[in-house]
Amino acid sequence: MKAHTLSVLVENRAGVLTRVSGLFARRGFNIESLAVGTSELPGMSRMTIVVIGDDAQVEQVMKQLNKLIDVIKVSDITESEIVDRELALIKVNAEPGSSRSEVMQIASIFRAQIVDVGAKTVVLQVAGDPGKIDALEKLLRQFGVKELIRTGKITMLRGAKTVQPTK
Amino acid sequence: MKTGAKILVEGLQREGVDTIFGYPGGVILPVYDELYDSPIRHILVRHEQAAAHAADGYARASGRVGVCMATSGPGACNLVTGIATAYMDSVPMVALTGQVPTSLLGNDAFQEADITGITLPITKHSYLVKRTVDVDRVVQEAFFIARTGRPGPVLVDLPKDVTAGQIEEVPPLPEKVHLRGYQPTLKGHTRQIDKAIELIEKAERPVIYAGGGIITSEASGEMVQLAERLLCPVTTTLMGLGSIPCDHPLNLGMLGMHGTVYANYAVTESDLLIALGVRFDDRVTGKLPTFAPHAQIIHVDIDPAEIGKNKKVDVPIVGDVRSVLQVMLNRLKKRDDRKQWLTRIRAWMRKHPLSYKSDGCLRPQYVIQELSNLLKGEGIIVSEVGQNQMWTAQWYCFRKPRSWLSSGGLGTMGYGFPAAIGAHFARPDETVVDIAGDGSFQMNIQELGTVAANNIPVKVVILNNMFLGMVRQWQELFYDHRYSYTELPPVDFVGIAKAYGIDGIRVEQCEEVPSALRTMIETDGPFLLDVRIEREENVFPMVPAGAAINEMIGGHVVPERELELAAAEEGDVTFRPGRKAA
Repeated sequence: MKAHTLSVLVENRAGVLTRVSGLFARRGFNIESLAVGTSELPGMSRMTIVVIGDDAQVEQVMKQLNKLIDVIKVSDITESEIVDRELALIKVNAEPGSSRSEVMQIASIFRAQIVDVGAKTVVLQVAGDPGKIDALEKLLRQFGVKELIRTGKITMLRGAKTVQPTK
Repeated sequence: MKTGAKILVEGLQREGVDTIFGYPGGVILPVYDELYDSPIRHILVRHEQAAAHAADGYARASGRVGVCMATSGPGACNLVTGIATAYMDSVPMVALTGQVPTSLLGNDAFQEADITGITLPITKHSYLVKRTVDVDRVVQEAFFIARTGRPGPVLVDLPKDVTAGQIEEVPPLPEKVHLRGYQPTLKGHTRQIDKAIELIEKAERPVIYAGGGIITSEASGEMVQLAERLLCPVTTTLMGLGSIPCDHPLNLGMLGMHGTVYANYAVTESDLLIALGVRFDDRVTGKLPTFAPHAQIIHVDIDPAEIGKNKKVDVPIVGDVRSVLQVMLNRLKKRDDRKQWLTRIRAWMRKHPLSYKSDGCLRPQYVIQELSNLLKGEGIIVSEVGQNQMWTAQWYCFRKPRSWLSSGGLGTMGYGFPAAIGAHFARPDETVVDIAGDGSFQMNIQELGTVAANNIPVKVVILNNMFLGMVRQWQELFYDHRYSYTELPPVDFVGIAKAYGIDGIRVEQCEEVPSALRTMIETDGPFLLDVRIEREENVFPMVPAGAAINEMIGGHVVPERELELAAAEEGDVTFRPGRKAA
């Protein structure tokens, strides 16, 4: 069992997310994360899906995804050279005079931006690979994380290679 | 100006639809109004589930796309079982449903149900059409998707304002549908075919395991040719019955849970399994690790997701099985050195024939055998689900593809009678017989109304044991004879048929069977036989769920002495399937 990263090209159509997520649910596949948005191709969206399973399970996931009419292309890019990034917003306790300066220090080490400052809290915005966000979250926990939102990672092949419709 | 309904009905005609099975209601009214003047025939069923099964029966009997139609909400929901049945057995179908107007979508309006949502896991694809201008394109795509690749049901949900709405001009359609996310692989990969041929040439104990894909791709001729060329025995799944004539010397009959002993033994001892248009269903394989344990496996299927899903295979070939077989046949040489393997199988056939007691009691196997003799394996036989289905699969001598319609994957009780109605409209010159149980028949018994109203000449043989027989059999074998809620009180089926104006006979004695069957077949219109069979007859042989397929129970074993006598009479390597009244 390991995490596989799938880059999926789909029709940008109502119901396509339901079809994809419904397929995972009814066939008992575990989604770790799913991120979706429009692409450079007209009428198509890209999804990055992280799925946990052994090779046979993931092969079955990909075949089943491919059967969906609205799915144009499925690539397992786990073993490829990739850039993967995730965005997180973290609201953390940071009272002036006590922990605020320490939080800001940590933020700067992680190259996180402070996007909101309240009386007792700050909101950090951080982008990076999921491991970096995990690490930041862990460090901030001592101050009290009030709210955390992650987008799920998006992934792209390095170099000139791209995930394009072939069929 | 054209309404969406008019565009829809014209689209159906363009797709070659001649019959729709349906049931009207509020929001589908614009379509029904259009049908009023249309050359398309509409058969009014008595329950929407029957419309879906009838469309399914029409499709299986003809190979064309079956069409059913219902209104929104309850009407659409009643189609669900029929759509799921078609999905599991890869049947081409288009289901048209009415929907509340787009302005009310999501408002919990009267008779609103999210039918595209409900049917998402049981359709090949679905459409909720939101604009009249899209109707024509959607119809074209729906039929294309339903009938190509691995066929399946497609649902088209039509809000009332979309069908009632008018547009000035219908946009022209492409000559060929192009969907960038849907391009089935039809041609098998050359290198994979090379590998398959290499294995076939080396194999000493090959078995062909043929399924519904052979019927769908119309590859029976090629498959039988392959078997004869290689002198390779063939076993079929429930869905593959009819792909090779029952009395073909290389036919081992059905394999799996209620398959023949010799088919299961042959698969277990084979060194090469040639799997054609099959999906290694649990009812076929039993315990997976012990299924064909000595065999290398070649698997040909049009759906890549079926390959390696349940069983690891050595040579996967994605493609249309007919086209793949044609390529193989061009390259495979005739074999005549199969004597040892065929002799071994013949010995199993002699020792473990299918059998039943012929003690003068009215046994269901006898009824089916008599029907088979009477029709000479012609006609279209439809079954319900349960014991009636398995006895028919074992004892009816199917000779042609599309002569056997049965709910295999989903196992839908109540499928047979409406599917028989559909089959009649697909092939009106054929005799259509539904072999039913008293439990299954009562699940769609209301269709006697449809049959009577249209004088549809379908025949029903109820193998009536006043039990939900298959469940009772499991209770007998695995639940210590505790018949929990499986006994059904006697019903006067002939009386019910008569109330609808349909003729019927009750049969209670063995001797009455041949003449009653003849009367049924010779009657012009619909006919019902209520056959009171031996109540606790079981379907044997049987592989208990989860066991290895060569661990069968209840099979008949011919005593050694009889075997010796038989062996003295026979000499050659050809063999006939063992079917025997002991």
